[in-house]
Amino acid sequence: MTAVPDIEFRAVTKRYGAVTAVSGIDLAIPPSAFVALLGPSGCGKTTCLRMIGGFEQPSEGQVLIRGRDMAGTPPYRRPVNMVFQQYALFPHLDVEENISYGLRQARPRLSSRQISQRAGEALSMVQLAGYGRRKIHELSGGQQQRVALARALVNKPAVLLLDEPLAALDKKLRTDMQIELQNLQREIGITFVLVTHDQEEALSMSDFVCVMNGGRVVQLGQPSEIYDEPANLFVADFVGKTNLLSGKVAGLSGGLVDVALADGTVIAARKRVPLSRGEAVSVSLRPESLSLSAPGGGSLKGIVRNRIFLGSTAEYAIEVQGIGSLLAKADHVIGQGNLFKPGEPVAIGFAAGAPLAFPHTKNNGTNQREDQNAEIVS
Amino acid sequence: MRAFVVAVFAFLYLPIALVVLFSFNAGHHASEFTGFSVQWYGKALSNPFLVEALKNSLFIATTSALLAAFCGTAAALGLQRVGARTRALFDALLGAAIVVPGVVIGISTLVALVQLFAVVNPFLAELWPTDQPPKLSLGYGSIIAAHGLFSMALVTMIVGTRLSSLDRNLVEASSDLYATPLTTFRSIVLPQIMPAVIAGFLLAFTFSFDDFIVAFFVAGAQTTLPIYVFASIRRGVTPEINAIATIVLCASVVLVLLAQWQLGRRKPSP
Repeated sequence: MTAVPDIEFRAVTKRYGAVTAVSGIDLAIPPSAFVALLGPSGCGKTTCLRMIGGFEQPSEGQVLIRGRDMAGTPPYRRPVNMVFQQYALFPHLDVEENISYGLRQARPRLSSRQISQRAGEALSMVQLAGYGRRKIHELSGGQQQRVALARALVNKPAVLLLDEPLAALDKKLRTDMQIELQNLQREIGITFVLVTHDQEEALSMSDFVCVMNGGRVVQLGQPSEIYDEPANLFVADFVGKTNLLSGKVAGLSGGLVDVALADGTVIAARKRVPLSRGEAVSVSLRPESLSLSAPGGGSLKGIVRNRIFLGSTAEYAIEVQGIGSLLAKADHVIGQGNLFKPGEPVAIGFAAGAPLAFPHTKNNGTNQREDQNAEIVS
Repeated sequence: MRAFVVAVFAFLYLPIALVVLFSFNAGHHASEFTGFSVQWYGKALSNPFLVEALKNSLFIATTSALLAAFCGTAAALGLQRVGARTRALFDALLGAAIVVPGVVIGISTLVALVQLFAVVNPFLAELWPTDQPPKLSLGYGSIIAAHGLFSMALVTMIVGTRLSSLDRNLVEASSDLYATPLTTFRSIVLPQIMPAVIAGFLLAFTFSFDDFIVAFFVAGAQTTLPIYVFASIRRGVTPEINAIATIVLCASVVLVLLAQWQLGRRKPSP
């Protein structure tokens, strides 16, 4: 017997008039996991979160929390708490009053000693002990974020919902909060459901990533699975950086396919779905799976156009005749002057098994980007 | 250009300044300043007719402003939940209610009330068990109703503006933290809109306290302060009138400033 999932979606569809925000989602979120709902804006991830919170009702299907159907249950009767994107702290209450707001609603009533004790514990948990009497507008963005977290966690919910909680923080603070959220989740042991459009955030923080697109779940898996074995072209493109090379299936051999690229080079690639000879495909090649060497070897030849030195690594934009621009990432070892310079010709190699071929259907759901080959932006 | 501006402001405020100045006149004439004195304030406040009118005005202003603040806030809250079209229609009607001239409001309210009384009074006479049935007529009630109705539009607009700037997330957050809709209203929405409600009350009070035109039509036998002033002027402008005018002016300015201060408050205290 497997444990009852904390959150379960059964064929959930949500429509707003003629627009379908979420269509037919089945999803089970295991207990005590840190789960990220990841996708571009408009993919339905926030709608899913709001249906768990009870702010939206599904048009069809059921949302269950710990095995109980939540149809018709208003937000104030659900055992979940939410951290809102803009925190939504009550401006006319001080920090402690904000945190104890949920506790004050408990019936039978908690004694005021219990309330202030638990609020105090919650404050120390988010490292804000002694801030209880501060006004909300006296706090920095990071501190407000912590108050919002404490206000939700103090109620000991079954599930904590986080709606892009780190979007308003600067990069340094965001990294700190990511680590803190991870630690908190492990300490408390309840399920965290995080909505984000930031794939780095999703990969770095969560135990499971649920990639969504166009109102559907595209892939659910551990971060490394999502990155290494993307289910389709959309996931490959959306999660992490990748080079997408278009070509045609030239032959099938064992588990691999031979793909003829635009310039005629044939490379062997792995596949996730059956492909047939002559089919148009896109091959995904992660920048870090490319290796650069002096001209002579390798599968492809190109010329370095740009070099972005990042300290531990260096990224290169390489122009390959007939294919376009490729992004390559190479580790940098101190003292080894192995940096290629712009204008230098290089040979590009990659490990067997690194390329992944996907059918190049119109309906692959990728964000229609102009440069399908590579991105040099960091 | 500068001279023009100065002239405009002089034209606007000089008469008011003169009224204030002459209220402290020691002499008997409104046209000739003969020395400083506060005797007219004493005279005004010991005039029983005037004190009676002042009491009436205070009672009417307080009651109608309370009525307007309560109903106007309720209306603003209700308007939040209607469709965009209904909303636009009501907003236009509210705007219209505020710009319609006082004379028109006065006459139309008078006509409406008289018609209403003509219909209701015979019924009352019929149904009443004793020989002396109550008879609805113009008086306190009609002034309060007329002022309350007009001010309600004002309060609805002010509170509506505040409500539309209220963060919806706060309401959702409260609901997420186990608060029932009633608790959410009491502990989140009301504190947030309170400054607007108070400002609306103060403006409604000021309007009612100063109003002559509407009251003149529907007052019946009652006398409010502005009506008393109007009646006294026919007997000539005395420094006593100036003293009353100055009192009313000061009260109004203080109330309007209070209302402005309330509206400008960004963070209401709990």
